[in-house]
Amino acid sequence: MKLGAMKPQRRNRLLLILGLVGGLGLALMFVLKALNSNINLFYTPVQVTEGEVPIGARIRAGGMVEAGSIRRSDASLEVAFTVSDLAGAAFEIRYTGILPDLFREGQGVVATGTLSQDGVFFAEEILAKHDEKYMPPEVAMALDTTRQDSLQP
Amino acid sequence: MIVELGHFCVVIACLLAFLQVVLPSIGLKQNSLQLMASASSLAYGVFVFTLLGFLALIYAFLMDDFSVAYVASHSNTRLPLQFKVSALWSAHEGSFLLWTLVMSIWTMMVARFSAPLTTDMRARVLICMAALGVGFYLFLLLTSNPFERALPFYPAEGADLNPLLQDFGLIVHPPLLYMGYVGLSVPFAFAIASLWGNTLDVSWARWSRPWTNLAWAFLTMGITLGSWWAYYELGWGGWWFWDAVENASFVPWLIATALIHSLAATEKRGVFKSWTVLLAIFGFSFSLLGAFLVRSGVLTSVHAFAVDPERGAAILMFLVPVIGGSLLLYSARAWDLRSRVSFKRSGRESFILGNNVLLTVSAAVVLLGTLYPLGYEALTGGDKISIGPPYFNAVFVPLMLVLMALMILSHRSRWWATERSLLTAGQGVFSVIAGVAAIGLSFAMGPIKLWIVGVAWLAVMIVLNLGFELYRRVRLKSNPVRRLFSQPLAVYAMVLGHAGIAVTALGIVTTVMMSEEADLYMAPGDRAEVGAFDVRFYGTKNVDGPNYVADRGRVEVLREGEVIATLFPEKRRYLASQSIMTEADIHVRSLGDIYVALGEPLEDGAWAVRVHIKPLVRFIWFGGVLIALGGVLSIFDRRYRVPMVRSSKQGPLAPSVEAAHG
Amino acid sequence: MAKQSVLIPVFVFAGIVVLLWFGFQLSDPHLLPSQKLNDPVPEFELPNLMQVDQTLTAADLTGEVSLLNVWATWCPSCIAEHGELTRIFETTGLRIIGVNYNDDSEAARAWLKRWGDPYAFHIVDESGTLAIDLGVYGAPETFVVDAGGVIRYRHVGVVTQKVFEETLTPLIQNLKDAS
Repeated sequence: MKLGAMKPQRRNRLLLILGLVGGLGLALMFVLKALNSNINLFYTPVQVTEGEVPIGARIRAGGMVEAGSIRRSDASLEVAFTVSDLAGAAFEIRYTGILPDLFREGQGVVATGTLSQDGVFFAEEILAKHDEKYMPPEVAMALDTTRQDSLQP
Repeated sequence: MIVELGHFCVVIACLLAFLQVVLPSIGLKQNSLQLMASASSLAYGVFVFTLLGFLALIYAFLMDDFSVAYVASHSNTRLPLQFKVSALWSAHEGSFLLWTLVMSIWTMMVARFSAPLTTDMRARVLICMAALGVGFYLFLLLTSNPFERALPFYPAEGADLNPLLQDFGLIVHPPLLYMGYVGLSVPFAFAIASLWGNTLDVSWARWSRPWTNLAWAFLTMGITLGSWWAYYELGWGGWWFWDAVENASFVPWLIATALIHSLAATEKRGVFKSWTVLLAIFGFSFSLLGAFLVRSGVLTSVHAFAVDPERGAAILMFLVPVIGGSLLLYSARAWDLRSRVSFKRSGRESFILGNNVLLTVSAAVVLLGTLYPLGYEALTGGDKISIGPPYFNAVFVPLMLVLMALMILSHRSRWWATERSLLTAGQGVFSVIAGVAAIGLSFAMGPIKLWIVGVAWLAVMIVLNLGFELYRRVRLKSNPVRRLFSQPLAVYAMVLGHAGIAVTALGIVTTVMMSEEADLYMAPGDRAEVGAFDVRFYGTKNVDGPNYVADRGRVEVLREGEVIATLFPEKRRYLASQSIMTEADIHVRSLGDIYVALGEPLEDGAWAVRVHIKPLVRFIWFGGVLIALGGVLSIFDRRYRVPMVRSSKQGPLAPSVEAAHG
Repeated sequence: MAKQSVLIPVFVFAGIVVLLWFGFQLSDPHLLPSQKLNDPVPEFELPNLMQVDQTLTAADLTGEVSLLNVWATWCPSCIAEHGELTRIFETTGLRIIGVNYNDDSEAARAWLKRWGDPYAFHIVDESGTLAIDLGVYGAPETFVVDAGGVIRYRHVGVVTQKVFEETLTPLIQNLKDAS
C-alpha cells in the first residue's frame, strides 16, 4: 500500500512507529558506544604488578594504603603512596591534589587513572568511602582473591 | 514508656491500614456504600496513629533516650537541637518511619480532597494506597524497627549523627524527597484503581493530574535541595555526580515529568491512554526500585545507608508482587485502551509524544548506566566495573538539547493540529535576538564558548516563545493587563516550569564550561591567582564548635587589588565520632560563587587549599525552584478546585468538542 | 502492533528483578568467607593494652569460648556496637577479647574509660599484623573462638542484639556443650 493512500490515522501511526523504532535504534547505538568507552574495569594489586593492566588505559585500581608509605613533595600537592593487597603485591600511586577526608594509612582506597610504563599508577581521582565501616567492595574482593590464591600451593 | 506507646501506635496504624483494605473491598463486593466510605475515615486514623508514633520517636531523640538503639547510634547529648530532630530520618529505620508517615499523609489528603470521585472509584484508590501502606508498615515493624530498645544495658552516650548530615539541607531534603517518591503512589493508585474497576475514562486523567503535579513538584524540590547540599556540604563543589543514589531519584523524576505531560494529553484529548497508565505505574515502580537500590547495598554509592541484606530481600519481595502485579493487570486490560483519537503531526499531541519519547529514553539510559555494572558483574562472574559520569553526560546531554529545541515550538502548538504560520511567526526575529543575547552572555563570562552560545540560544528562545504565547493570549483584549491576570494558573505554571528548565540549563552549561578550579599548596601569607581573582591565605587557627573542634582558615579574595570577600573555610573534627569534615566557605555573587575549602594540613602551617570559581552555579537550583513552583501553582488552577458538583460522574468529553475549544 | 506487546513491560521488569537478585547475592557483605575458619588463631606476640609490659600470645585465647572483637577508636560503628558488647558481657559473662586495630594506645585507653570496658583484655595490634593474619576487612569484626583457640565463626560489621541472639548464641552454646 502506498503511504499516501492510507487513511491519515493509519499513516500517522505508521510514521509514529517508524520514528520511534528509528529513534530508539539510533539512541541504542549511541548509548552502547558511550557505555563501552566509559567502562572502568577494576584491577587488583596482583593484576597491576603482574602486568595484566593495559598501559595507558583508564582503569580503576585499589587496595590498602600501606602504613608509612605516604610521601608528600615540598611546596606542591603531589603525593605518592603504596597500595597493597596485604599479601605481597603492591604498587605506587601518584596523585596531585587534595586527598579525601577519609584517606588514611591502613584504609582501603580506589583510584581511577592510568598505569605508566614503569609500573606507577597516575591517579586522577582517589576515592575513600564515606562510610568507614566497610572497605570499598572492590578492595575487599582484591584482598580476598589474593588470599585465596596464596592458600593454594 | 512513651517509646513503647509510639511503637504500639504504629502497630495500630498498620492494623487500621489493613482494615482500610479489607472493609471497602467487602463494600465493593456487597455494593455497600457505607463500607466503601469507611476507607476515608480509616485513612485519617492511619495518619493520626503514624503521627503519634513519629512524635514518640522525636521525643526519644529530644530526651536523649539512649536505651533506644536507634537513638543511641544516631544522636548524642551534645548534638544541637534541630539536628536531634532531623537525626530521626538520618538513617534507614527512622527514615522509613518518615516514609510511612508521608504515605499516610498522602492517603489522608486523597481521602479529603477526592469528594468529586464516585464512591467506588474513591474506595478503590484508597484501597490501593492502603495496601501499599500495609506493606510499608510490615517492612518497618519486621525488619527496620526504630523503636527497638537495647535493654537492659545501653550506652550512657550516643554515637552521634554523621557530621555530613548535621546540616540544614539534610533537615529538609529527605522529607521533600519522600513527599515526591511516595506522592507518585497517588497516580499509581489512580491508575490501578481505574484498571481494576475498568473505569479508564478521561475523568481518571483529570483527577490524577493535580496529585501527579504536586508529587512531581516535591520530587523536583527534593532533588534540587540534594544537589545544593552535595555542593556545599560534600566538600568538593560538585553539584551532580551521577551517583547511584542520585540516579535513583532522577529516574522517577524523568518518568514523572513524562507522566505530567502525557496526562495532559490524555485528559484534554483522550490520546495515549494506555501509555499514560504505564507511565503512572512506572513512576512509582522506579521510586520503589530506588528505595531498594539505596537500602539493599546492591549498588555502592557515596551515600552510605546502612546495608542489610535481609532488608534488601524484603524490599525485593515487596517489589515483585506490587510492580509485577500492576504490570500484569495492565497487560490484561491495556489492549482495550487503545485510543481511537487522531491528531496531526503539527498538533500539540505530537510535541507531547516527542517529550515522552525523549524523557523515557533518558530515564532508560540513566537506568542502564546505573544497573550496567551489576549486569556486567553477574555475567562475567565478579568483574567489577564502574560507569563514569562521561557516559551519562554523553547520552543525556544530547537528549536534553533535543528536548529543549522541541520545547521552543511546543508553546505555540494547539491540540490536534497547528497552523504552520502560528509555529513560525516571528521566529526569525527571535532567533536573531536570542543569538545576540547568547553571544553577549558568553562574552560576558570570558572567552566565547560554543556550548554556552548554543545552550543560551535555546534557553533564550524558550523564554521568548513563552513570552510570545502570553502576549498572543492577551493582545486582542480591551484590557490586556486584566486579561494577563485572568489567565488560568495552569498557563503560568507551564511558563514557570519551562522557564525553570531554561534557567537550569543556562546554569549548568556556564558552570561546566567556565568554572575555574585550583588545588593549591598555600603557606600562611601565600597568594595565588585563580581566574580573575587573587586569593590570599592567612593560615588557620583553632576554634571550638558545640560538638566539634576545627581549624578555621582565613582566606581573602581580591579582584583588581581590592578585597571583595574574606572566607573562613573549616576542617572540623567531630568529637563523638572523631570523624573529619570539610566545611567549605562560599562567597555568593550575582554572577557566580567563589568557593574555598581546606584540604589537608601540610608542614609548617601550610594547607592544601581548594578554590573554585563557579559562574552562574546558583542558576541550577534557582531553575529547580522555579520548576517546582510551577508544579505547585498548577494544582491551584480553578479547574481542580474542590468541591465540585458532588456525585456527578464526569464523563469523557468528546474529543471533537474539546478540539473546537482549541 | 501485536496484542502481545502489552506484555513487554512485564518482561522488562522480570529482567530487572533477576538482575537485582543476582546483584544482591553478589554484594552481600555478611557472606564474606573466612579462610581462617576452623583454623587456630594465628600465632602472635603483642602487648596487652592495659599492661603494656605483658605480652599476649595465641595461648591466652584458649581455655574458654570467647568473642574476639576487632575495634578501634577511629571506627564510629564500634561505639554503636559497644553497648551490645557490654550487654552481652553483663548478661552472659561471656569472655570478650579486644583487638585494638591500627590505633593509638593512648586514645584507645581514653575511649575505654569513656565508654566502659567489658573486655577481659585487649591485644594491641598497632601495625595491623594480627588483623591481617585474621583476614580482617575493617572494624568492627568479631570472631567466635572455641576453648581450644580455634576460630569457629566470623561476623563482619556490628554485632547487634539480633545477631547475637539468633546466630552467635546457639553457636556458642554448641561449642560450650562440646567441650
